[in-house]
Amino acid sequence: MTPPKLPAKIEGWFSARGWDIHPHQRDMLARAHDPCTLLIAPTGGGKTMAGFLPTLAELADGNHEGLHTLYVSPLKALAADIKRNLRTPVDDIGLPIRIEDRTGDTSNTVKKRQRADPPHILLTTPESLALLTSYEDAPRIFAGLKRVIVDEIHALAESKRGDQLFLALARLQTLCPELRRVGLSATVDRPDDIASLLARHPDPCAIVTADPGPAPDIAMLQTEDAPPWSGGGAAYAIPAVLEQVKRHKTTLIFHNTRAQAEIFFHNLWLANDESLPIGIHHGSLDRTQRERVEAAMVRGDLRAIVCTGSLDLGIDWGDVDLVIQVGAPKNVKRLVQRIGRANHRYNAPSKAILVPANRWEVVECVTALQAVRENDLDGDPRGRGPQDVLCQHILLAAASAPFKADDLFTEMTSAGAFADLSRTEFDACLEFCATGGYAFRAYDRWQRLQERDGLWHLRDPRAAARIRMNAGTIQDSDTLKVRLKRNRGGKALGEVEEAFAASLSPGDTFLIGGRIVRYEGLREMTVEVSRNAARKPRIAVFSGTKFSTSTQLSQRTLRYLQQDDWPELPAHTADWLRLQRDMSRLPEPGRLLVETFPQDGRENMVVYGFAGRNAQQTLGLLLTKRMEDRDLAPMGFVSTDYATLIWGLDQVSDVESLFDLNALRDGLDGWLAGNALMKRTFRGAATIAGLIERNTPGTRKSGRQATFSSDILYDTLSKYDPDHLLMQVTREEALRGLVDFARIEDMLTRIEGRIDHSRTTHVTPLSAPLFLEVGKVPVQSGSAEERLLAEETEALMKDSGLFNIGK
Amino acid sequence: MNGLDFSLAGAGLTALGSGALWWADQRLLVVSDLHLGKTERILRRGGPSLPPYETRDTLIRLENDLATTGAATVICLGDSFDDVEAARTLPEADRLWINRLQAGRRWVWIEGNHDPGPVDLGGTHLAELPLPPLVFRHIAETGKSGEISGHYHPKVRVQTRLRSITRPAFLIDSDRVIMPAYGTYTGGLRSSEDVLDTLMRPEAAAIITGQTPRLVPMPR
Repeated sequence: MTPPKLPAKIEGWFSARGWDIHPHQRDMLARAHDPCTLLIAPTGGGKTMAGFLPTLAELADGNHEGLHTLYVSPLKALAADIKRNLRTPVDDIGLPIRIEDRTGDTSNTVKKRQRADPPHILLTTPESLALLTSYEDAPRIFAGLKRVIVDEIHALAESKRGDQLFLALARLQTLCPELRRVGLSATVDRPDDIASLLARHPDPCAIVTADPGPAPDIAMLQTEDAPPWSGGGAAYAIPAVLEQVKRHKTTLIFHNTRAQAEIFFHNLWLANDESLPIGIHHGSLDRTQRERVEAAMVRGDLRAIVCTGSLDLGIDWGDVDLVIQVGAPKNVKRLVQRIGRANHRYNAPSKAILVPANRWEVVECVTALQAVRENDLDGDPRGRGPQDVLCQHILLAAASAPFKADDLFTEMTSAGAFADLSRTEFDACLEFCATGGYAFRAYDRWQRLQERDGLWHLRDPRAAARIRMNAGTIQDSDTLKVRLKRNRGGKALGEVEEAFAASLSPGDTFLIGGRIVRYEGLREMTVEVSRNAARKPRIAVFSGTKFSTSTQLSQRTLRYLQQDDWPELPAHTADWLRLQRDMSRLPEPGRLLVETFPQDGRENMVVYGFAGRNAQQTLGLLLTKRMEDRDLAPMGFVSTDYATLIWGLDQVSDVESLFDLNALRDGLDGWLAGNALMKRTFRGAATIAGLIERNTPGTRKSGRQATFSSDILYDTLSKYDPDHLLMQVTREEALRGLVDFARIEDMLTRIEGRIDHSRTTHVTPLSAPLFLEVGKVPVQSGSAEERLLAEETEALMKDSGLFNIGK
Repeated sequence: MNGLDFSLAGAGLTALGSGALWWADQRLLVVSDLHLGKTERILRRGGPSLPPYETRDTLIRLENDLATTGAATVICLGDSFDDVEAARTLPEADRLWINRLQAGRRWVWIEGNHDPGPVDLGGTHLAELPLPPLVFRHIAETGKSGEISGHYHPKVRVQTRLRSITRPAFLIDSDRVIMPAYGTYTGGLRSSEDVLDTLMRPEAAAIITGQTPRLVPMPR
């Protein structure tokens, strides 16, 4: 088949505007008939248009009936934005094309109509698509579908949302065998991995790479004041950042966490004497608030936006001319993508400034800058598709129509992420969906599927509604809405974590959306607040993810520390490193530095594992357990991306033997199994796989209820059915994510027992910031607790000087 | 045995780290507030649905204490079941388990506010049981002596030099013992609460449960 020619009226529209069609856009057009194509282009490279041009060309004659192209993006806002951006050329050119979006925000009436009468182009999200495929009339809805475009596929490919999407694509391919797939991605380290996820296994997938454009102009902010020893506030940099905002048209100020964004925004306004229009945008803010900020941004009304990963993707901010990253970039790839948000025009260099929030981050910023200049992107292979997502998909498939196990297995293994799924594993998932697994065989509510005449059916057809209500793989942590208190429900401000809300008493003040509010009370799952002008508010805890520094960036930093001197660093930071080298020693690649020293009546041990926050956290849990077994009375620990500090009652002398990999692995299976991180991992898997229903008709479980029940389910399974499918899923996930044991294994394999134990008489320079770090984890019910209790109760008894009750 | 000896009205008693009370002369073991079937009841009242495995956890611990002490008599001091319905609908496996524990022993169910009626399981049902010099009842009564009771799920908080520790505890004075709850997921009431403060004499002590039970003046 010859590649489609762009109809003259479309060509004409481009040339009338003096726009050239980019080479990669032509390339995508030439490949319009390929079954699968992946486009890699920098931000602002006209990616979306490249994806849609073939669709516009095919629909130009007005002969197509029903759905033609499905567009899937990770953000609802992006779907809405693309609708607007496509509408303009389509209307200008006068193309007979109906474009609609369908997301969680679409009204039920519209959704119903879309099922009966689908538009030519439907813009949606992975979750809405999964739901669409679960309806009985799915074959009719998707009849005639020719193309599917997956936008920002690099972001989706990193999460279970992507796994769910790729299973949905397999389903669509069964319904529409001629379906062609297109993926749009930012610059990534392993394009082949993404291509194999996108394509129907084992089909090939061509990769089109657009010109990456000129190298970005990036630097680290140098200030007269040294950054503080710890923390993420970067308050010291406020005047310098304001100065930069003044010098540029529009600045995006990225933060790693929502809480840090709030604090920074607050401080920025306290210093904003000229009242420059500056807004804030993050995922915990109420939707209408976010939309207002976005609209103001599009109009060019704002000089700066303080934001988080919520602005990492999508929406086109034409006039951004500077990106500031506050806090060390934990990941070079994400940094590059953020930098690309500036000068969102093809062939213009992006300008960015990194602002380290503390002394250690100065080092991390310098090494990240080097990595960006060398285009040394990081990323870990994601591994195979998780089985909890598979279970959910089986239930969704059953909600759509009875199925043959053989057919569904063939369909699912055509998704790249599940290509190596064995039949035994598939059958285990099917068994779980049907009965809940051995431990739950007596409970009727988990008996959901049954086989009749070779076809698997829902046992109770009414279950379809509940399955749909609980579809999706995004684990919203337990948040409560925050509203201004008024007679009839005041303005919605955003949401905070349930645990944070529980810690508030009336009169407490906290920061949200850049304003200080006073906690008034809790009403029907809503936190009611009033305006307040307190000077020192508490900081709301938001559910934003804390990313770990990537392996590649950590190793680069370790190598950097080996230099004889550090001319790239400001004097205050270079002096600090020199002092560490003199007093103790610096961590080295291929070795593990462990320091021990007494302080404040406790003994301390610092492990410089450079394994990232999550792995260092897990290492803290495992090591304290091993210390406990040796009666070293550990009391608690705190972790950062590069080190873990453990304190307790006794000095650790035989450090080396603590780090036996097999023993640590046993700890992961045995003791860590009871840990909250494992329980949280389990909870996610159990919710996705449908063991726990968050939503039931008419009610929504509060987070605490859900936690309570999932913790008991977990304890039950660990005791009575430790090989349950979901326990296997939980253990597999423990290697990554929150537990990240794989990085501990990596680290220990790399050092091969080369441990440098440095005993000093007091705190070392490099460990000092750890004492100021927040997020200390107490070790519960240990030998330390018994000893402290013995000490204290004896003293109390002596003081009381009474008692004939004992013998 | 991991216990702390004391005497009440001349009877030699041992507070076990598990929260059970042992009267060696009588070979008698007392446990209070088992709240068996708690999750089942929560489910019945529209709460989150959980399989009733917390019952098993409680029974495992009870079985251990029976094995270590070799008790001839067991007194369950009330609120043994989360409610009468929970007792009636106890899963067959748990029922059989309780029967097994009861075999060859005298077993007394004292009535509690959660389980006021008789339950359809082996053993004797009593509102209270006098065994001079002691008397066993669910809720402490003012002015009595030699009294062993439960009901309040007492716990105490101790501030040590490096951290504060909160655990279930026995409250004891020269008149009475108030026992901690033995059941899994049963929560607790601080010893400093008014009702406990009023019940206990000024010189009352607490025995903190755990690996090694420890005596302290009752925190007020």
